[in-house]
Amino acid sequence: MDRILFGDNQFFGVNHASDEKSRAQAIRFKDDSSIIRTLGYAQEAGINTFMCTTHDRISGICDYIRGNPDKYQGFKIYPCMPYAHKYANAVTELGIVGTLKEYVPGNFFGSIFKGGVAFVSKDYLSMMELLIDAEMKMFKGISTPVIFLQNVVTDLLLGLGMKEVLKSFYDYVAKKYNAEAGFITMNLPKLLSVLNSVGIENPIVCASINSAGFRMSGGKELYEQTLKQGKARVIAMQVLSGGAVSAKEAIEYVCNLPNIESILFGASSRGNINETASLIRQFDRTTELSESK
Amino acid sequence: MAFGFNNVKIEEATTMIKVGLIGAGKMGISHLSILGAHPDVEIVGVSDTSKLVLDVLKKYSGFKVFSDYSKMLDEVKPEAVVVAVPTKFHTIINKTLLSKGIHVFSEKPLALKAEEGEELVRLAKEKGLVTQVGYHNKFIGTFMEAKRLINGGHIGDIFHFTGESYGPVVVKNKQNNWRADPEEGGGCLMDYAAHVIDLINYVIGPIERVSGAKLESYYSRNVEDGVYSLLELASGVGGVLSVNWSDETYRKMSTSVTALGSKGKIICDATEIKVYFKSSDVPGGYTKGWTIKHINDFAVPVDFYLRGEEYSAQIDYFIKSIQKVVPNDINTFETAWQTDRVISLIKNCAKK
Ligand SMILES: NC(=O)c1ccc[n+]([C@@H]2O[C@H](COP(=O)([O-])OP(=O)(O)OC[C@H]3O[C@@H](n4cnc5c(N)ncnc54)[C@H](O)[C@@H]3O)[C@@H](O)[C@H]2O)c1
Repeated sequence: MDRILFGDNQFFGVNHASDEKSRAQAIRFKDDSSIIRTLGYAQEAGINTFMCTTHDRISGICDYIRGNPDKYQGFKIYPCMPYAHKYANAVTELGIVGTLKEYVPGNFFGSIFKGGVAFVSKDYLSMMELLIDAEMKMFKGISTPVIFLQNVVTDLLLGLGMKEVLKSFYDYVAKKYNAEAGFITMNLPKLLSVLNSVGIENPIVCASINSAGFRMSGGKELYEQTLKQGKARVIAMQVLSGGAVSAKEAIEYVCNLPNIESILFGASSRGNINETASLIRQFDRTTELSESK
Repeated sequence: MAFGFNNVKIEEATTMIKVGLIGAGKMGISHLSILGAHPDVEIVGVSDTSKLVLDVLKKYSGFKVFSDYSKMLDEVKPEAVVVAVPTKFHTIINKTLLSKGIHVFSEKPLALKAEEGEELVRLAKEKGLVTQVGYHNKFIGTFMEAKRLINGGHIGDIFHFTGESYGPVVVKNKQNNWRADPEEGGGCLMDYAAHVIDLINYVIGPIERVSGAKLESYYSRNVEDGVYSLLELASGVGGVLSVNWSDETYRKMSTSVTALGSKGKIICDATEIKVYFKSSDVPGGYTKGWTIKHINDFAVPVDFYLRGEEYSAQIDYFIKSIQKVVPNDINTFETAWQTDRVISLIKNCAKK
């Protein structure tokens, strides 16, 4: 994975720190062209991986990328699925069975639900596979070497103890898309031990990691210990979150931690993108220098 | 390491609590996951009427599942139960649980009708049981801070308040589930406004009178999509309630309260609190004029995060109440019953 990954929260009005900023961002990125322009700023800053939700609007961006192969040579997308709000809203309206009927492609359900026929284990997992395929459709022809499970789902399964489902996601993504599975989580230490227990070695995991300890369940110290063990390929996200520290201090903290392979951030303006990217590179250099001494 | 509410470090609690779940729908599944990750909880059974849900939970989580909750209570004898069934079933199930001496965490609103709450509150008191209702906003740091500032008199005498909530639940003419049926607890008043009313009761003061109310339908045929009301506190202070679940400009439910007082003003939602002070007589961390603080400054650290610290924190508070580590005085059946009574005042006022 590249050292710096570009995220998409800012495009869809997801701002954990402020509802008001969310709205402002939703307005700013109303058109696909404004998203594409900002992706261009990221590319200029040397960032070639876009990690994004399988939001409906991403499909327009994918069309553009496919239509302009010269502009996107070597460009990768890391899809993060599912876009949970879509399903949560559907469950509110249609119920669980109704939602599955709506979103699982084909007439898979015609047969299964008739007369409440009993289900067999394989059906649930193949249902999941069909849902993955549906979410992956928009990325056809684009390089997607890592495919992520969103934290709501990863952590839901984690709490429910559904290890086998996590493993099935991992296996299917490898088999069908020749990609590596990634897991977004707010519970890094817990997740790693569970993934290990089902035989997933050195997994790609994306988690909140910041000097304020924000969204680091179990505490910052536990995260630091976990990182030291080096048993995962970790992507740090929400690195600027929390506390009153400056961007510089926040990035310095993350760059100095061991075993963080990549840093994910999102920003709207060219200035912020450049600043964050160059801070990461700057602190990486100082760390390298001090390590080689 | 265990943290109590408000981040007070407490003695390591060791008693395991046997917990059951009734209703593994949207809300119930989230509670179940949080319970599953709680170090002091043993999940002894899950009950739901959906075969599909039970089948999946049995197969992949290994829980003992029951299509009939009475059977679950008899067979696995939970000490505590989390209830997340559609609202019309709350009272009957909560009553059964309390009668059997079981601690209850019930989803909101407490009951379909305000009258039903009284007996539940009495029963819980008689039996000395822990009760809690899922009004999770009280576990959000920004609202906790707003309460602290208001109760501490920092913004002076309150002149006026506003409670609002908006979100995209019903944005087209098509809904056929329990949420669209007034007999089952559907409608914006019970589903959305309940949260705001409960929050006003807690953060600003108990609502005692409703002097005007309008329930409006935009898309729904049988229930209201908007709730607008004039409220009055016991102290005589007045405020406005404005709630609408048919507003798709919001990505998800968004709740806020504002209060204007003689010494300043507070505007607070789940992500930030903005406070204005007229003079330099301010509490620590604030200055004259505007101060804006973010949830990051107040987030209650949790050991397991699923969808907002508040969801984990409220379950943790319930478990710790049973363990007698915390006092069980947030979101009891009693305060939820107060909220039910305001809901009923609004309904009656709107009918006039
Ligand atoms: N605190 C919140 O923010 C919040 C959010 C959503 C819902 N809720 C409340 O949670 C409750 C459930 O809402 P939901 O959205 O999860 O609904 P839902 O329809 O998704 O889930 C209800 C579940 O209960 C099951 N059920 C119905 N009757 C049952 C019975 N007799 N025994 C066992 N299981 C039964 C259903 O099969 C379903 O799985 C409601 O009271 C609602 O007001 C609270």
